[in-house]
Amino acid sequence: MSEPYDLIIIGAGPAGMAAADISSRHDCRVLILDEQSSPGGQLFRSIEAFENRQRPELGDTYRDGLRLTKAFRNTDVEYISQATVWLVSSELEVGFSKNGQARIVTAKQIIIATGAQERPFPVSGWTLPGVMTIGAAQVLLKESEIAIEDAVFAGTGPLFYLALHQYLAAGISIKAIIDLTPASNYLRALPHIFKAIPGLPKILEGWQWKREIVKSGVPYFSGVTDIRIIGRDAVTGIEYLKGSEWQLLTCENVLLHQGVVPNVNISMAAGCASSWNKRQACWTIDVDEWFRSSIADIAVVGDGAAIGGGAAAELNGRIAALAALEQLDKISPRERDSQAKPYKAALKSELSNRPFLDTLFRPVDHFRIPQQPETIVCRCEEISVGQIRDVVESGCAGPNQLKSYSRCGMGPCQGRLCGLTVSELIAGIMDKPVSDVGYYRLRSPIKPLLLGELANLDLPSES
Amino acid sequence: MFIKLSTPEVETVSLNFEGKVIQARQHLSVAAALLESGISHFRDTPVSHSARSPFCMMGVCFDCLLIIDGLPNQQSCMTQVREGMVIQRQSGEADLLNDHAGQNGAHHE
Amino acid sequence: MPDYDVIVVGGGMVGVSIAFGLARQGQRTALFDEGDIAFRAARGNFGLVWVQGKGSQCPEYASWTRRSAELWKEFDQDIRAQSRIDTGYIATGGLHFCLNEQDFERRDQMLSRMVDDSHNQFQYQMLGRAALIDRVPLIGSKVLGASFCPQDGHVNPLGLLHALHLGFQAQGGVLRIEKVQNLSCSDSVFKVTSSSSVLTAHKVVLAAGLANKNLAPKLGLNIPVFPQRGQILVTEKIKPFLNYPTSLVRQTKEGGVLLGDSHEDVGFNDGTSIQVMHDIAHHARSMFPFLDRARVVRAWGALRIMSADGLPIYDQSEQYPGAFSASTHSGVTLAAAHSLDFSRFVVEGKLPSHLDKFSEKRFHVH
Repeated sequence: MSEPYDLIIIGAGPAGMAAADISSRHDCRVLILDEQSSPGGQLFRSIEAFENRQRPELGDTYRDGLRLTKAFRNTDVEYISQATVWLVSSELEVGFSKNGQARIVTAKQIIIATGAQERPFPVSGWTLPGVMTIGAAQVLLKESEIAIEDAVFAGTGPLFYLALHQYLAAGISIKAIIDLTPASNYLRALPHIFKAIPGLPKILEGWQWKREIVKSGVPYFSGVTDIRIIGRDAVTGIEYLKGSEWQLLTCENVLLHQGVVPNVNISMAAGCASSWNKRQACWTIDVDEWFRSSIADIAVVGDGAAIGGGAAAELNGRIAALAALEQLDKISPRERDSQAKPYKAALKSELSNRPFLDTLFRPVDHFRIPQQPETIVCRCEEISVGQIRDVVESGCAGPNQLKSYSRCGMGPCQGRLCGLTVSELIAGIMDKPVSDVGYYRLRSPIKPLLLGELANLDLPSES
Repeated sequence: MFIKLSTPEVETVSLNFEGKVIQARQHLSVAAALLESGISHFRDTPVSHSARSPFCMMGVCFDCLLIIDGLPNQQSCMTQVREGMVIQRQSGEADLLNDHAGQNGAHHE
Repeated sequence: MPDYDVIVVGGGMVGVSIAFGLARQGQRTALFDEGDIAFRAARGNFGLVWVQGKGSQCPEYASWTRRSAELWKEFDQDIRAQSRIDTGYIATGGLHFCLNEQDFERRDQMLSRMVDDSHNQFQYQMLGRAALIDRVPLIGSKVLGASFCPQDGHVNPLGLLHALHLGFQAQGGVLRIEKVQNLSCSDSVFKVTSSSSVLTAHKVVLAAGLANKNLAPKLGLNIPVFPQRGQILVTEKIKPFLNYPTSLVRQTKEGGVLLGDSHEDVGFNDGTSIQVMHDIAHHARSMFPFLDRARVVRAWGALRIMSADGLPIYDQSEQYPGAFSASTHSGVTLAAAHSLDFSRFVVEGKLPSHLDKFSEKRFHVH
């Protein structure tokens, strides 16, 4: 085990890169770990590969990521790519694997910047080959320049519209669009529009995308109250319910999306406290104004703490890095405060449209909380709504007891694709608030590693 | 249908999937390469032997698992293609005893 | 007229086994279970129904353990029928690996003594390398041999817990998911107060694991238990390779391999530590080298309910007869005895003399 770093940053997305940028401006030993082969996170995925090529279809926000990525490359932080982090402990140990070898490193400060993941979208047939998330389509488009022709897009949320806008701009044929944003959300969101004025340009941009989508000539369905994906060994179509009639669209691919949620596994396994955010219907990590979590010397930033978008994530990263530098005695509290001031002001402005967006794109209850007994909730262990209901109704205390009784949540994804559904399902059945129901108890290893790697770990002889 | 957008020519590598040779652009993940070549059945689940294919493409869902160069349950969306890579469907639970790896040398004991 | 015949405090392995046994005998029984994020030793269990080596220094414990193992098959059939859950119980016999000559010799001597102490009730066999490879073809070269006991078996501890809870309720038992806060007794009627209810009963059984310590004085009992952490690693599901449970490696029916273990004095900390995870991995691979290529998908720590001598603590309050306590870290092995015997003792109102050894009085300095 090597000497402790001053700072370890986990994740090289916008928040992580920004934290690296700030911390490298001072005499600070920094390590940044990221799972991908190049920096950018999901938002700016593969951005370096296309630096010299025009990818107009991906839009300006994506292009803007080059600025930050270049700044990141100009820092002298130690950057380890293709590093899968499987442990962050409250004792500030970080365990990661690369090329089949595991290592433990330690630091005086840790910034967790693991970003977001898609909210699970458990509908009938969602496990069939041919169903993917919008995020998956984005990865294919950005990283591999692969498009999915003649897919049916079903969902709601800013990313849903962005992805469609990119597909239309690239001239890729789309079979149909099923817009699941309920009309009532527009009315509910309206009061928040006044707070959102600083963020209005983004909202108007999204509104324009929507208009362009509706006018594109691609079959567009709104007012849809339910969907189910059909097929036996692969997708053959998707049925949608509009009014009282089910209609069928034949297709080989369905792209689902109902928003993004924080990827909380590392933070929760480290012991960071979290809270249920009612408006966003997800768990957010409890952090103070400097993004410090409930665990001393561990900060959690960006979408990995609470959904705020890429620009907010970058600001988070800068603010948290300044706080870490102050803790490391590299800058004084006064310097920290004065340097953080403009970032904090920008962040406030950046987040002003959140209430509007969160309300407008809040997924409807029955898409977050499936009701059909046969719908699979836990993809890994193939546990259905009906099975969960049986266990909970027969006297089950919560998600962890459910897990131990049914194996729901015990698979390799460690609850990433079922946890939210389970917490909300149990809350409904037991008639308790989600915050009382809680979440799976998460522990290291938060990603699998080989037993041999664990056995070969180089640890000091006394712990 | 997974299609490649018109792009400049890049180097490709040869992969072996279930005995079939596939050409893949060298910067692609294994999952992307297979999807592009029309493969839609990646694995059979250990619980009910249901067919699965990649779902999230970012290492979160664990549905894209394949046997890669003898190592079972590899997240193919997180693995970059390599010349001569041997890829098989992950059917059911991991089989650590039939040492496919031995045949390909990509294995350490 | 009190609400119940018996109230059991603690819905873990010990509590629900006793509660099931009580309900089975027609006792009107209520069971209090704390909630989802409790220390829950029951969920950290390895799943062994284990006889060999237990009570090597205490013949009464050895015979109580053997008694439970003998009852297990009948107990298992009963809960399966009541709950329709497959507990996964098999009594294939179990193995304890020995890594060198000295270990092998010492174990042989220890187990031989146990045969004598038990008047030949206890059986075992020492297996040399050739005999071991026969039963466990993939055993690593560092393992010299093993002790085999035909009375050992294993079960899915989570399935068992679930089955007991369902069986208990199927027999009319009432489950309350509430934390017990207070206990009192007046005129031979016990009052149990939880976060949201107050219930009365003729008798009470304290089976709340580590919480027993603080609940005990309220009923004139003393239960000096303390936490001892054990950590376990779990691998992904792999094709079946191990047909016997062993003391440190067990393959579940679904295919995952459980690897143990540790004995740590870390207070009420049920987390995991990288040093122990490493040590378990290191030890596991020396027993099964091919497991190097298995992926570890989970790890956890659980707090054993430990006493100073490692033996159970069973008592009836002298101040308030009718208040019983049961504490042990071997909740799975003893589930059958708890369900079939202990519950009967509670109904009869008297603990038999063969359990005297487990009274907490043994800790008193005279």
